[in-house]
Amino acid sequence: MSTVQTTGEIRPFSVEVPKEALVELHARLDATRWPDGETVADQSQGVPLATVQALAEYWVTDYDWSRCESRLKALPHFITEIDGLDIHFIHVRSKHDDALPLIVTHGWPGSIIEQMKIIEPLTDPTAHGVSAADAFHIVIPSLPGHGFSGKPTTTGWDPIRTATAWIELMRRLGYTRFVAQGGDWGNAVTEQMALQKPQELIGIHTNMPATIPDDVARALQFGTPPPPGFSADEQRAWDQLDSFYKHGLGYAQEMANRPQTLYALADSPVGLAAWMLDHDAASLALIARVFEGKSEGLTRNDVLDNVTLYWLTNTAISSARMYWESKLAFFAPKGVTVPTAVSAFPDEIYQAPLSWTERAYPNLIHYNRLEKGGHFAAWEQPDLFTNELRTAFRSLR
Amino acid sequence: MDTSIRPFHVEIPKEDLVELQVRLDAIRWPTEELVDDRSQGVQLATLQALVEHWRTEHDWRRCEERLNALPNFTTQIDGVDIHFIHVKSRHEDAMPLIMTHGWPGSVIELLETVGPLTDPTSHGGRAEDAFHLVLPSLPGYGFSGEPMEIGWNVGRIAGAWAELMGRLGYTRYVAQGGDVGAAVTDAMGRQAPNGLIGIHTNLLAPALRGGPMPGETDEEKAALEQTTTFRASGFGYFLEQSTRPQTIGYALLDSPVALAAWMLDHDTDAYYKITHAFVYGQPSGNLTRDHILDNISLYWLTGTGASAARSYWENGHAAALAADQTPPDVSLPVVGFTTFPGEIFRAPRSWVEQGYPNLTYYNKAARGGHFAAWEEPQLFTEELRAAFSPLR
Repeated sequence: MSTVQTTGEIRPFSVEVPKEALVELHARLDATRWPDGETVADQSQGVPLATVQALAEYWVTDYDWSRCESRLKALPHFITEIDGLDIHFIHVRSKHDDALPLIVTHGWPGSIIEQMKIIEPLTDPTAHGVSAADAFHIVIPSLPGHGFSGKPTTTGWDPIRTATAWIELMRRLGYTRFVAQGGDWGNAVTEQMALQKPQELIGIHTNMPATIPDDVARALQFGTPPPPGFSADEQRAWDQLDSFYKHGLGYAQEMANRPQTLYALADSPVGLAAWMLDHDAASLALIARVFEGKSEGLTRNDVLDNVTLYWLTNTAISSARMYWESKLAFFAPKGVTVPTAVSAFPDEIYQAPLSWTERAYPNLIHYNRLEKGGHFAAWEQPDLFTNELRTAFRSLR
Repeated sequence: MDTSIRPFHVEIPKEDLVELQVRLDAIRWPTEELVDDRSQGVQLATLQALVEHWRTEHDWRRCEERLNALPNFTTQIDGVDIHFIHVKSRHEDAMPLIMTHGWPGSVIELLETVGPLTDPTSHGGRAEDAFHLVLPSLPGYGFSGEPMEIGWNVGRIAGAWAELMGRLGYTRYVAQGGDVGAAVTDAMGRQAPNGLIGIHTNLLAPALRGGPMPGETDEEKAALEQTTTFRASGFGYFLEQSTRPQTIGYALLDSPVALAAWMLDHDTDAYYKITHAFVYGQPSGNLTRDHILDNISLYWLTGTGASAARSYWENGHAAALAADQTPPDVSLPVVGFTTFPGEIFRAPRSWVEQGYPNLTYYNKAARGGHFAAWEEPQLFTEELRAAFSPLR
């Protein structure tokens, strides 16, 4: 394990994107050379041409990055160097002094943009009809190589090292008793924080728990039939996972094998957008509906804020490297023993059944199967998500 | 049904070449990889050297002249325009041979073999070694049309190739291929259309269908280890193209540097040979900077990155549907195979015999890799002469 610096100063940070970068993005979008359409009527060959063209059209004609930049500027941003790397984070303290400190970690293809809607409800509950006793101080870092954090120039920045850095970050901020939350890579980092057992960490919440039992994982890996005797919830999880392993792992395997080969993502904005949209079947279907003009938990601006952030910071490849760095079995139980709360959203890559979840987290303090929401739960269903966090951590206050 | 065979001339509009140049001049690069080998993907130094050569030295018109010096044709088969080069040997009793490229290849891979195969007496061979050569572009690749409906898997392509050879009037012919071309050739062997009397491949297609392969001898263990390594660390492009070709397709159409990187990242041996060509100016055989860029430029100028990737999706679908079926054996008079040392895995004779119980020719070549015909055309030609000699 690397040595962690403990003397780093915390510098204010302001988001400033040069105008030329936006002009250049527009020039590239205007010059897009398109492939022909897919030869199927569904999403089984990848992101449909109509979706990417609708996205590009909106990006060029209606989308306004300065609106997103203003929203970001309204929040307190900071950078501090940890373990040799600049870590960017948003830090919003509640006006309620005894609020519970919370560090929330995004995943891929996400960013701090995913968490913007939950900041106010979590830090200022009384303005949202909720008791002051549910207040949080919130810390939202950008993962190494993501967004406004630095891009590692050496190998080793996996979820384990990131977790160590996050613990250091919370200590630097003076928090002696805090909780952590995450989904996607954010879950991996949060679990690794829990496994390092810092005394300050009193509990975690995850919306993408790692619960898959060994025999199920083997069947998925080798494409063999599932073990017998599934309950209805287990069968649903299996069906989701089976489809993901057979049809949806390509991007993850490429980023784990050869992240550097994806020069496309630095050079082509539509190449980047398509790659980011193709994360999981349910979120792609949702985003496709959004660009058809349907009303969903995400808006076109939400989606493009996130894609544009990746573009403007040129972080697609540096973020993809997290897949290469990580040697963790993504969905395998890790032996987390700190108090753990789980929200199982129905359209996640798989909706973790209670049975698997109880085995994966022996110290389970909260489990709920939500009616709505997917992989980007905080972004898509901020009300449900914030309610989950309040409920989950109430017993630890 | 229009079965006419039309002459074809390669002529890329000047604006397309200018537009490519503009994109190459405006590349936005990522940060450099964090390792000093290919383990994170195509290295920045390799790709920047490639782009520099592409921008300043490479001349597409030279490649175009090379192509146009050969007889090119198109003919519509099963609804798709199929492009092919057709070079008849001046030796009248030459053996007709249909040879199929793979991904990320094209007819460019096979151009160096045209002379030795069709004109053996000028290339160290005898008149009875001569072939009439047919080099088609796979559907969705190069100058062939792009299928607008699903179903163009290697089995359907194999059927189209038999139709093509029939239209050319060949009643007794052989087939050859590597990579996807090996899968097409394998399928032709199993379909055994009238007239087909032999096949030769240089990638072991039956091994890619899965199923246990022998792992007793050192040679077998080494081959198993190579396939395991490939599946664990080199399989990303394969999986992405098999499952989500449209998604990567946007990048491959919009960014020439994206296309080049994606195409370079095929197998370890070829990658390092190409790196040596660009970074150190030391090509391996005919795998020169210009030849590599001829091939990449062909993909770019024909805009076929997405449609070529889609062929993996088609084959993935076909393989899933046929998972429980045992294909018929190949029982042609000649079933030949050559193992080239730099290939993804060096197939031992036992593996090849498992895939082809009626194997008639097996040899291990001294040099060459995945792009054997391209890299070592003379050696490759000698393999074909030897494999098919019982048919003369």
